[in-house]
Amino acid sequence: MVKWTDFERATIQDIFSKIDYEVVGPAAFSRCLIVYPWTQRYFGGFGNLYNAAAITSNPKVAAHGKVVIAGLEKAVKNMDDIKTTYKDLSVLHSEKLQVDPDNFNLLADCLTIVVAGQMGAAFTPEVHAAFQKFLAVVVASLRKQYY
Amino acid sequence: MSLTTKDKETVKAFWAKVAPKAEDIGQDALSRMLVVYPQTKTYFAHWKDLSPGSAPVKKHGATVMGGVADAVAKIDDLTSGLLNLSELHAFTLRVDPANFKILAHNILVVFAIRLPNDFTPEVHVAVDKFLAAVARALSEKYR
Repeated sequence: MVKWTDFERATIQDIFSKIDYEVVGPAAFSRCLIVYPWTQRYFGGFGNLYNAAAITSNPKVAAHGKVVIAGLEKAVKNMDDIKTTYKDLSVLHSEKLQVDPDNFNLLADCLTIVVAGQMGAAFTPEVHAAFQKFLAVVVASLRKQYY
Repeated sequence: MSLTTKDKETVKAFWAKVAPKAEDIGQDALSRMLVVYPQTKTYFAHWKDLSPGSAPVKKHGATVMGGVADAVAKIDDLTSGLLNLSELHAFTLRVDPANFKILAHNILVVFAIRLPNDFTPEVHVAVDKFLAAVARALSEKYR
């Protein structure tokens, strides 16, 4: 069971109440496809991913970015048992989508950078640490059902 | 994943914007790394104060960014340009190279905070590649 301090709990709720999901989801996901282009391997049906401009303006990328952040919101709403909350998502990523779980860290890093850019100076080291812990728990939960 | 001509140009152009804030950025990145990845504190047990913004952290943040600035200047041949630094890290400091990645990530986070309009995805990929190349050059002498 993950133990959250009051500060960590409040910080995660605060971050997700402040960020614009419509912006952050697509921005983080498209950044991941641009910065780590091998992640495009999972999105063969998305059309033109040829360069950064194409990726940023691709409507399927934007739509999927929103799917991803909606998934994260589930974890935000169930912080005390992310593992159980993500059981089906983990099976999905492992058995159906067959995503190499190392990719979760790449997306997590991009999300951190996008959130940092949005929050500016408010993204202090302590806030960053809470966010990092949250993402580590999310990634571990998504990895859980892989075998 | 070697640096293309375009990567090098992008890095140099971005660095011109970073340079005036380099020391601040270095201090912030290092502070952040010590807080967010506490295992990195093990390399600094000899410092009196590891808290964000403390004197040793400030000084060392500036030192690290000085090294990165040097790497930008030597971007066409990082391996020979950073030879002395590699020997330092390999034989004296003996920092596990996995930590180069951690510090690089924290530098990128600070770029996103301080230069949000300039740190576009295109710049991000070039700078990420560059910092990875610097890490490789620093690891050169390890074994």
